[in-house]
Amino acid sequence: MYEFSFMGCIEIKELLGKKADDEMQLLEFIEEVPTDSIYYHTHSCFLRHYYIAGTYTNDFANWVAIQVRDRVLGEKLATVTPSGNKNIDDVRSELIDIIDRHLSSIETVPSVSYGQPFFFMQSEIIEIPTGITANNLAEFKNALEIVDASAIYNHIFEAKLRDNRGRSDFAIWIEEVLNMKELAEKIEVIDSYMYSLEGLRKRLLDICSGRI
Amino acid sequence: MVATSNNISLQNYREVTPPGTIDLLCKLAERLKGRSILHVNSTKVGGGVAEMLHRFIPLFTEVGIKASWQILQGSPLFYQTTKSFHNALQGQQQTVTPEMYEEYLKVNKKNSSEMSFDSDVVVIHDPQPAALIAKKQKKSKWLWRCHIDISKPQRKVWNFLREYIAGYDGAIFSLPSFAQKLSLPQFLVYPSIDPLSDKNRDLTGEEVRSVIEKYGIPADKPMILQVSRFDRFKDPVGVIEAYRMVKKYNDCCLVLAGGGATDDPEGVLVLDAVKEASLRDKDIFILDLPPDSNIIINALQRAAKVVLQKSTREGFGLTVAEAMWKGKPVIGGAAGGIIVQIIYGETGFTVNSVEGCAYRIRYLLNNPEHFAQMGQKAKEYTRRNFLITRHLCDYLALMLKMLGI
Repeated sequence: MYEFSFMGCIEIKELLGKKADDEMQLLEFIEEVPTDSIYYHTHSCFLRHYYIAGTYTNDFANWVAIQVRDRVLGEKLATVTPSGNKNIDDVRSELIDIIDRHLSSIETVPSVSYGQPFFFMQSEIIEIPTGITANNLAEFKNALEIVDASAIYNHIFEAKLRDNRGRSDFAIWIEEVLNMKELAEKIEVIDSYMYSLEGLRKRLLDICSGRI
Repeated sequence: MVATSNNISLQNYREVTPPGTIDLLCKLAERLKGRSILHVNSTKVGGGVAEMLHRFIPLFTEVGIKASWQILQGSPLFYQTTKSFHNALQGQQQTVTPEMYEEYLKVNKKNSSEMSFDSDVVVIHDPQPAALIAKKQKKSKWLWRCHIDISKPQRKVWNFLREYIAGYDGAIFSLPSFAQKLSLPQFLVYPSIDPLSDKNRDLTGEEVRSVIEKYGIPADKPMILQVSRFDRFKDPVGVIEAYRMVKKYNDCCLVLAGGGATDDPEGVLVLDAVKEASLRDKDIFILDLPPDSNIIINALQRAAKVVLQKSTREGFGLTVAEAMWKGKPVIGGAAGGIIVQIIYGETGFTVNSVEGCAYRIRYLLNNPEHFAQMGQKAKEYTRRNFLITRHLCDYLALMLKMLGI
């Protein structure tokens, strides 16, 4: 039996010095930027929206919908989430495919008239042990209440990408160590991309307390 | 070396930060125990950088990092030069003579021979001390921290400075749009507010009332407030126009609180224009405050019903985070860092015109339930993103990265 060690994380945000003013430039940069940049704009944005879930769940969709005011492409891009067994390159391909098809279906390339350009960034995640551990469900619940929200990000969003497992650390530990398969499944099926980190903390606590 | 003292401990921040934040910060700092960081800027008092360093240095020390702070000593011509640099980097046309460039380098050289740079990480703030890089030792990592908007710099001045910036190991900017074409890593770190400082700490009802009474502001009318220097880019005249549009529907008063009019010739002109635009309206209060008016500003932000930051150009605009920390949704111009702080419809509204500003003021005045919800979100958003503890975490993470730990 192994204890669960909560690991928080810090994100270092790096500017790439590339900016898009229209959807064609957005497409071209998505094709060429490093993987860590696609990760930043589709994945670690959950780490930055601690409290308030963004309009859409990735930066590309938000930019297109809000700054370019192209609601159609915004809605289509919003469906791209790095869930399941997708790796970041799969996500990149999906984004390219959606934008490419959209641009093929219209005559002029939508661009920013009054809004802000899209600035490409990349991120590096540094894991930090919080020093908080759990050996049973009661300790797990107590820890969830006090741990830094970045640990929730790390064990749910980041964990799903790790080794392309597509599963959260919480669900794996609850199933394998606590032998509580039903509880693990309830955690696994949370549509985590629809929550802020604090919303997710509350949801997890509700599930672990048997309120759901 | 600047001596700093602070009777506020990191532990005091537990009361105002999200769960686990201080513990994570301490764990992060453990990996850097015994390492050292040196900050260099050009002033000990006045301005956001000095204010921030006064708070930062004791916190670095408390978490086990040897932190020090040194100040560049310049001549009148040097400060005149760096003021021109500052304006030129922010896009204004400036004339910088060869003598001025020469003085800039002379002062940096003289200071570099008097300072010690044996820290693991050296952070040079803004353009004034940028040329100290000539003294960089191989074992230390140097970061250039740019606090100003250099998105559209005057090329000649930027090209001169870029030669020195290129020698750094990294640069730090406050917004993505400030990034430049440089062959070194460029990092994004938002500035922050200190929730325990006089400008942001909790005040008693009596403290707030006494400020309102002191300035004769009516307590029975909702107050619309903008806190900012009297600078045309803060659009104070636009704020008065928006107030007049609101006043047709809602009885209210307007407070324009700021400073900068006494030592800035352009500030005097803007203040005159504001006074003229106010047309002696008894419900408009124009307060030209001295620089140490932190508690007054705090009280005004707490007493206000609607807080504005209607800038047409802005660096980061931390007055937005200050007001949000006091539970106020903010109406701000869609400029600079305001768009990072205001999430439209959630923590406030970004607006692009006087009409848009007036409309949103009326909306907030007449929808108290939504106002309260947005105010709560604004406070929480600030708690997560714009407090000094997050800023300290960012610096520690950058130290780890630069030192390869």
